[in-house]
Amino acid sequence: MKYQTQRLAYPYFIAAMGLFVAQVLGGLIAGTIYVFPNFLSEILPFNIIRMIHTNALIVWLLMGFFGAAYFLLPEETETEIHSPKIAWIQFWMFLLGAVATVVGYLFGIHEGREFLEQPLWFKIDIVIIALLFMYNISMTLYKGKRTAVAIILVMGLWGLTVFFLFAFYNPANLALDKMYWWYVVHLWVEGVWELILAAILGFLLIKLTGVDREVIEKWLYVIVGLALFSGLLGTGHHYYWIGTPGYWQWLGSIFSALEVFPFLAMVIFSFYVVKKSSRNHPNKAALLWVLGCTVLSFFGAGVWGFMHTLAPINYYSHGTQVTASHAHLAFYGAYVMINLAIITYAMPHLRGQQPYNQNLNMWAFWITSAGMCFMTFTLTAAGILQTHLQRVLGMDFMEVQEQIALFYWMRLGSGLVVVLGVLLFVYAIFSKAREEQATAG
Amino acid sequence: MSEGMTKTAARNIFFGGTIFFFVIFVSLTVQSHFYILNESTDVATLTESVERGKRVWEKNSCINCHTIFGEGAYFAPELGKVWIKFGGDEDAEGGREALKAWMEAMPTGIEGRRQMPQFNLTDQEHEDLAAFFEWISRIDTQNWPPTPDDE
Repeated sequence: MKYQTQRLAYPYFIAAMGLFVAQVLGGLIAGTIYVFPNFLSEILPFNIIRMIHTNALIVWLLMGFFGAAYFLLPEETETEIHSPKIAWIQFWMFLLGAVATVVGYLFGIHEGREFLEQPLWFKIDIVIIALLFMYNISMTLYKGKRTAVAIILVMGLWGLTVFFLFAFYNPANLALDKMYWWYVVHLWVEGVWELILAAILGFLLIKLTGVDREVIEKWLYVIVGLALFSGLLGTGHHYYWIGTPGYWQWLGSIFSALEVFPFLAMVIFSFYVVKKSSRNHPNKAALLWVLGCTVLSFFGAGVWGFMHTLAPINYYSHGTQVTASHAHLAFYGAYVMINLAIITYAMPHLRGQQPYNQNLNMWAFWITSAGMCFMTFTLTAAGILQTHLQRVLGMDFMEVQEQIALFYWMRLGSGLVVVLGVLLFVYAIFSKAREEQATAG
Repeated sequence: MSEGMTKTAARNIFFGGTIFFFVIFVSLTVQSHFYILNESTDVATLTESVERGKRVWEKNSCINCHTIFGEGAYFAPELGKVWIKFGGDEDAEGGREALKAWMEAMPTGIEGRRQMPQFNLTDQEHEDLAAFFEWISRIDTQNWPPTPDDE
């Protein structure tokens, strides 16, 4: 670790892992309720447990992004982080706020728009945290070297901050509410978050492969260009059936179909760069997460997104388990895996351990990824059947749910595998390195 | 693709293209905003009761089990047109009563059935929620959801 302030990433990564475990345990309970509907139905209803599942995911991914920024910016800009004190204040404001919010959910204290259920005080807290953070990293960028990786990362994080402000606009008109709700949700995950993803990916590939920065940074601009050119108007694929004009069916279909390409470019780019690699970096696990990230985000966000994005198909599949299957693999492949990649890369530096403890980490990669893929397949099968029975044949929702119950059992099984994989990952990154593994690689 | 282009060119295309597409996107959103106000929703009948009903919907986090226009959780049925399903479009009083009776009977506690919690709504909240469902059932959703029964 070249710069002292890179250590600021450590508390963020620890908190991220804690919330990650909470998230997958929440998912496990939700999956259990699907097969045993009476489980916890009086004390912890499904709507509450789902809020915990989705909100813990969002918060831990943000924790990971903040940590990643503090870790990689000093190396990129070749200067220390502007104010370590702000980083610490921001950290505690975020962690304590998030914990209080989750505890509040258990007592029914929440707002009621999907993913934006945080009570008003925590939304305001998030804005203050984001502004503190943006001030801190923008000053760092201003003082230091402005590489493409650093610029794209900071741009993505500014976008994240600005678009979150739409969370405060909640009109009484449901159609308007929904249209601007997507300014947060879509422009985050299919827009500016892709910039953050690409920047972290670029940083890791430079470090792990030793390939010339000029080559990597040119690719990065191409990738983030493809992401925003397709993703901005691609928002239209959420504007088909919510009271917005019919032309969105054309625009949304065309541009969201193109959203596959930035992810395809990431796969080609990462494998090309790794092939050209001149460096035999000892952290093989980090490289595995990087490559896994591009492949599974291509399938999860790209292919599974394309599967139901065209308006004539979406007319039937919208709001079924098809969407759930896409959401799970897209979030895992893109944002979970890039976080686990940077954490896997950074941890040995942050903990001052040179001999990497990687075998367990790589087992965690395969177990978690296999679990997520199988979960996606089961939900896809459930979704296709549901679409046919409910939307084509016109069967009642609950009758259809009984027909697809088998898939919910298999989903629960794959969820259990994911939880085991996640626990193994957390153990692998925090445990003591074993000497014999250091020589094995 | 990557050989023929310099990094500066790639960067300029990225910034220029992003501004271009962002301006188009925002312009179309503005157009859609007025389309919603003037065409697809009935703003004149968006009463305070409808607005309070939306807050009832939010306060009880209904969206984390149900969907509304296909968005939400997939644990419980779609409710965008629930007003019509309960016959409220033909008999408003009957629709209100049926919705209220349904919610008051929850949870059923039947083994193996998904359970909807008891939200203990006041009479006023029941009325407002029904007003909300009535109002949204008239939003023009481009004929979504598909209704194979009618054919």
